[in-house]
Amino acid sequence: MNEQIQITSSPQYHDHLSTARIMWTVSACLIPAAAWGVYVFGLRALWVVIASIVAAVVSEYLAGLLLKRFTLADGSAVLTGLLVGMNMPPAVPFYIPVIASIFAILVVKWTFGGLGSNWMNPALAGRVFVFFSWTGPMTTWTMPRTLPVLDGFTSATYLGVVKTGVTESVGATGGPLALLERVSFPHSNLDTIATDWLNSVILEPLGISLPFGYVDPFIGNIPGSIGEISALLLLLGSVYLFARKIITWEIPASYFLSFGLLTWIFGGLIHGGGAFTGDVLFNVLSGGFMLAVFFMATDMATTPITRKGMLIYGAGVGFLTFLIRTYGSFPEGVSLAIILMNIFVPLIDRATRPARFGVQKAQEAES
Amino acid sequence: MIRKMTFPLGGIHPVERKGATRNRPSTNAIIPSRCIVPLQQHIGAPAEALVAKGDEVGEGMLIGRAKGFVSANIHSPVPGTVKEIKSIYLPNGVRTDAVVIELEGEFKRLGKEQSERDWSGMDGPEILDIIRDNGIVGMGGATFPTHVKLSLPKGRHCEYLILNGAECEPYLSADHRLMVERPAELLEGLRIVERIMQPDHVLIGIETNKPDAIAALQNAVNEAGVNYRVAPLKIKYPQGDEKQLIKAINGREVPSGGLPLDIGCVVSNAGTVQAIYEAVVLNRPLIDRLVTVSGGAIAKPANLKVRIGTPIGELINECGGFSTVPAKIVTGGPMMGQTIYDLDIPVTKGTSGILALTEREVSAAPRTACIQCGRCVDACPIGLEPTRLFKLIDHFEYSEAVADGLMDCRECGACGYICPARIPLIQGIRIGKLMARKTKVPV
Repeated sequence: MNEQIQITSSPQYHDHLSTARIMWTVSACLIPAAAWGVYVFGLRALWVVIASIVAAVVSEYLAGLLLKRFTLADGSAVLTGLLVGMNMPPAVPFYIPVIASIFAILVVKWTFGGLGSNWMNPALAGRVFVFFSWTGPMTTWTMPRTLPVLDGFTSATYLGVVKTGVTESVGATGGPLALLERVSFPHSNLDTIATDWLNSVILEPLGISLPFGYVDPFIGNIPGSIGEISALLLLLGSVYLFARKIITWEIPASYFLSFGLLTWIFGGLIHGGGAFTGDVLFNVLSGGFMLAVFFMATDMATTPITRKGMLIYGAGVGFLTFLIRTYGSFPEGVSLAIILMNIFVPLIDRATRPARFGVQKAQEAES
Repeated sequence: MIRKMTFPLGGIHPVERKGATRNRPSTNAIIPSRCIVPLQQHIGAPAEALVAKGDEVGEGMLIGRAKGFVSANIHSPVPGTVKEIKSIYLPNGVRTDAVVIELEGEFKRLGKEQSERDWSGMDGPEILDIIRDNGIVGMGGATFPTHVKLSLPKGRHCEYLILNGAECEPYLSADHRLMVERPAELLEGLRIVERIMQPDHVLIGIETNKPDAIAALQNAVNEAGVNYRVAPLKIKYPQGDEKQLIKAINGREVPSGGLPLDIGCVVSNAGTVQAIYEAVVLNRPLIDRLVTVSGGAIAKPANLKVRIGTPIGELINECGGFSTVPAKIVTGGPMMGQTIYDLDIPVTKGTSGILALTEREVSAAPRTACIQCGRCVDACPIGLEPTRLFKLIDHFEYSEAVADGLMDCRECGACGYICPARIPLIQGIRIGKLMARKTKVPV
């Protein structure tokens, strides 16, 4: 008989998905959004992303060398590096993403045992670590080239403007868009044209009118981290992940619902409005929400293993994101919210263990 | 529109690949010149050899007698001479004696008209004796002696008799062909089992990927004018597991560690019921069975009616041999079957399929650490957490694994199939069960 014939324990064949295929597919789905960031912020952004990936890969290789486990092929280090890079401001000094990646891989991932054993999302932990270490460079934002401003002009992000506006203004602010208008935040021509078109063709017959300023964050014409600005491209990437069943609906849906509902009900309060006046669309399209909801809150290693647990986890992340964004001292809340919820994952897993087949019945029969 | 039933918890949809054989009528395999007939083809004690080297045997002659109640008779599949009795390994690793018969002489039954026995005046115990004498075992793969399974303990009542036509194992279509080609025989077999078990309801569960089988059996039910119900089942693995099938059909749950009869149900596989028909009506022992020969490395996949004891290599040759280098040769289905390396291993009563899988079909990938994706938890039809069990067993925490339901695992393989990290979950669970028994962990 053939020498190559394999003798294995059942099952004798497998689903096509493997760890490596999952990691590489997620990475591939992030590429469009990252490429958009490079397009609007310039080549420097590309070097930031590359520096992050190289630092992550080298760290993974060294850790593997030390432990005699070679894990580069599984793609997780590249994915972590890519996410770190996408979470960086475009003009950040190169040592910052490098340190973030090293921290993510060596401290967050490998001190707990490498892939799958880390309890905290490595990329986000890396980002938060450098955020608190170098808050200045980590909050310096470049204007995208698609907005009518001078090259190299820096500004606050949408959420930054809102946070400052809310803190400084006395009385009602009129909502996030009014605050943007107050600082004459530029909009692209595309925003004007697309909003006009949407209003005249689709929305007006329905009796709704969309103000200017929503199309820009949807397309990605806003300042922000390299990979987080284009809601559209992130959404497209996620569609593929859903289609390939690499991510399931539970976490994104419950995260979106809990964050959206809380924002809608209570989000207007800080702007001097009443309940149910929060601007959900604005909050969903700005900041890191879109990147987080599909690509970071769904990280398998740091989320519950049961479907019920995922629902609880998503709701928790939504609640914390809302809390930090609305009442915290920083404009951005998703990274901290996810990392905080990571702590609860073992607890959630324990609370949501599946009901075992035939066990309930056995107890009834005994009693 | 009839509501399609299925079990609610877990389950997966493995790549089906039944298309290669499901529409091909079954044919008789070439009778092998040499049959290797193991004396242990069933769960329980091996049969006792009644022949010795040099003896002449006739087709269907008893050559191994059941030893004890949980055991099964073995008959000679062909007429011929006993060449030797040798020790062989079966695919599941069991070592057993096997009677090697060289084909010779005249077939008593093959090609001749069979007389039919009128069983209408017989009672349950009489029929059970016939089933036992003819060496019938569960042909879905478990090979539990059928006369034991159908012996109703005193004071027990069977409410549901269920014919298992789910055939949820990918690639396999032997039961499918059986249902399409011999529905009348299946129905008569079912009526025989009904006579033994006296159930209140008789149901036939078939997955909807076999619409022609559903139609054929519905037709047979109508023609016979019996009050049986054909239940179309939503496609989901492992629906052919009897406990899942019961859950799908009437919502009852076999208690952990219990048997279907504990909740008034008996499930019998389509192949078994047809064998019962042949035993009772034609007085024919279990000496052949339908086998699906398929997989990407088989040149001409087919469903063959094969004499027990036929070396697997001969069947593969009959199907055109290997069209490409196989990565694995599997007996049974790809989910629960076993790999073999020796093509002299014979077909036994439990061999539902022979698959030669290519490297591509196996979809192997490097093993990585568990990434906590939760797919195994999602897939488990009995609510276990395979990844957790695996880790516990890996750390020798057998008693905790048992407390978490280790012994309930039926090794359906859903978790192992779906695991992206390719962790050998089922293998680990098997080791865990073995160690739990060895270290006498209280269940």
